[in-house]
Amino acid sequence: MQRASDPRITAGVVALAGIALLIGGAFAGLLLEGAHDLSGAWAAFDPYLLRVVRFTLWQATLSTLLSVIPALFVARALSRHPRFFARAFILQLFAVPLALPAIVAALGILALYGRAGYFAGMLGAVGGQGWRGIYGLSGILVAHVFFNLPLATRLFLEALQTIPSDQWRLASQLGMGARPAFRLIEWPTLRAALPGVAGLVFMLCITSFTIVLTLGGGPAATTLEVGIYQALRFDFDPAGAVALTLLQIGLTFIVVLALTRLGANVVGDANLPVAPRRYVSVNGTETLLNALLIVLALLFVAGPMAATVMAGLGADLGRLAGEATVRQATETSAVLAFLSALLSVMLSLALTMARRALALNRRAGPRTLLEHATDTGAGFVLVVPPIVIGAGWFLLLRHAGDVFAIAPLMVVAVNAVMAMPFALRAIRPAYDAASERHERLCAQLGISGLARLRLVDWPSLRRPLATAFAFAMALSLGDLGVIALFGSDSVQTLPYLLLARMGSYRTQDAAGLALLLGLVCLALVLAADWLGREKGRDV
Amino acid sequence: MSDGAIARKGVPVQLDKVSFTYGEAPLSFDVAFAAAEITAIMGPSGSGKSTLLNLVAGFETPLSGRVLIGGADVGASPPASRPVSMVFQENNLFAHLSVEQNVGLGRSPSLRLTEADHADIAEALARTGLAGKQKRLPRELSGGERQRVALARVLVRDRPVLLLDEPFASLGPALRNDMLDLVADLHAERGMTVLFVTHQPQDARRIGQNVVFLDNGAVAAAGAADDFFAGAGPEAFRRYIGASGGDAVSRDIARKPT
Repeated sequence: MQRASDPRITAGVVALAGIALLIGGAFAGLLLEGAHDLSGAWAAFDPYLLRVVRFTLWQATLSTLLSVIPALFVARALSRHPRFFARAFILQLFAVPLALPAIVAALGILALYGRAGYFAGMLGAVGGQGWRGIYGLSGILVAHVFFNLPLATRLFLEALQTIPSDQWRLASQLGMGARPAFRLIEWPTLRAALPGVAGLVFMLCITSFTIVLTLGGGPAATTLEVGIYQALRFDFDPAGAVALTLLQIGLTFIVVLALTRLGANVVGDANLPVAPRRYVSVNGTETLLNALLIVLALLFVAGPMAATVMAGLGADLGRLAGEATVRQATETSAVLAFLSALLSVMLSLALTMARRALALNRRAGPRTLLEHATDTGAGFVLVVPPIVIGAGWFLLLRHAGDVFAIAPLMVVAVNAVMAMPFALRAIRPAYDAASERHERLCAQLGISGLARLRLVDWPSLRRPLATAFAFAMALSLGDLGVIALFGSDSVQTLPYLLLARMGSYRTQDAAGLALLLGLVCLALVLAADWLGREKGRDV
Repeated sequence: MSDGAIARKGVPVQLDKVSFTYGEAPLSFDVAFAAAEITAIMGPSGSGKSTLLNLVAGFETPLSGRVLIGGADVGASPPASRPVSMVFQENNLFAHLSVEQNVGLGRSPSLRLTEADHADIAEALARTGLAGKQKRLPRELSGGERQRVALARVLVRDRPVLLLDEPFASLGPALRNDMLDLVADLHAERGMTVLFVTHQPQDARRIGQNVVFLDNGAVAAAGAADDFFAGAGPEAFRRYIGASGGDAVSRDIARKPT
């Protein structure tokens, strides 16, 4: 099918151009600023910067180890017991951190382990003197493990579930105990998944912004991303920001390169296939150990969530709801997140359609540059963290007038692009499968353009599009990246307001807002999950 | 066996030194199909049967050579504007659209249908034994009924060439015979040129007037069906259908998706 003027390809090109403009503009800002003040940018490479780089890598390494190694065993425990009470609930719960705004989790962790947290008395008693809270490295680690232990567990579990059930039947026929089964069956699978999962977690930890900002608590525990934010918002040191940004890009680039070499899947999935039927007999001791492991992981993950709810309910919710600022921020958040999700879904759909159309046009022969771009275009986004894009545009536009005026535009655009890897994950398989079924039929009957969208694509894509939309909206709603740079009294989102309340020690207010934000995001993710699972029956 | 003498609407189809490849083995076809007749296209798996139909339908573009339908070179036309209808082995219907809508797409690709169109659709459905099932969704139909819907759409589309890419391969023997007879009847009424890919010698014998035998991506032999099954076919054809000739009940009724 060689039709050159396929509108789907045009849509993809437009989407790619938009993404390129967003990223290109940021780079232009950085380069202009760097060229403008070259010596300043060079001078910024000082011992402070080195310390920041070292801390960025150090916390990411520790977070990765602490998340991934326990996750191996939790995943194995879950896979050994494919049917038990609350298993589905645990997996569902483990999916929550994926969409829980980082700032909400940070507050939950503070409410639990902070200086005035629920555990402060107990921890103080254990430690001997008064509990000083978990700011600094320990706080960052706890938060990163809270996010990444469940993620890694789910990914490992997914890997374990790819083991064919025949192997398990064989294993039980041969009388393999737990240890040989682990060594001969489970470990090879886990080992294959390990580099990808560890790489993904490492990547998430070196680009983590909100956690470090809220739990880092000082210059001793600052990462590159937080450094960029401070350079722009507090020190007003553009040269320093350029240096930090370039380092961050270099670092993420190396990690992403390594990740793709390892064949990692850089986007977590929101739902999990049902456990296949298994033929494993697990003895009493192992069951006990597994149960202990699962309960510990469950407590660790559920703790901050429960603390968020308890602290939130303790806030004066009635007063908060009546506050004009809160209402304003809620409204702004809702509108921006809605637009951002809409844009994200449209961009993802355009890229998906163009990729498919290009793949169909190509017969033999290598893929063109354009096809590669529509395929991996969204992957570039992961190399350039939101703060970096925000910083670039911030630097570019500060000469042009009021930087804060474009806050809504930046928030919508950057969050839309950030959610694309997830949106693509929901849309692409559905579109490709539908296209597989319908492509020749549409070509034969001459169904194209709007008629095709209305009669063929929309009915089969409604659900995946809604899934992508809900997920993108949750991500955008909870984001505190770009808004931290561009936010001001006139444009505040809920996470921004939350940060402000935390900063002015109005902890109760912050807890109330966190509960609200967390619940909305949770509802959206549950909706996304539900929409994604309920697939229309096919012929 | 019908010979379509009532309304000779079919046009000849010719592949003139057409070459094509999926990247590995080259395929080359140089063959003509008689107008208004049913030609069975046979050959081992991978011999290029489906590819040949795809070239005629316009789903694939030849590397060189011409595809002529009714004497006109259709190489530059997209599939929808070629005078061709095709029925695939599966996925002939949109799962979310009703029987009536699926058939209606044969008349208007945006489903804007006039009263006359609706009448034609109802008639086509009646003709294919689907009266009363207009509102059903494909999943509420049996496998045979789904292919009947596809044939009803062929009637509504009314093109002079019909390509059948093993559409009945996954049906049981009795049902398959019913469907073949339906095709023969429709052919008798409309007189279209039918190119019919099949693995089953008895299918070819049942309705085929001619046989084109493909081997290794090229036409190995072509001729009247009677000659082929009387033992006048090439050695490779006789080996392909096996010692018991066309009467063998094939062991592989369900075909791979092609």
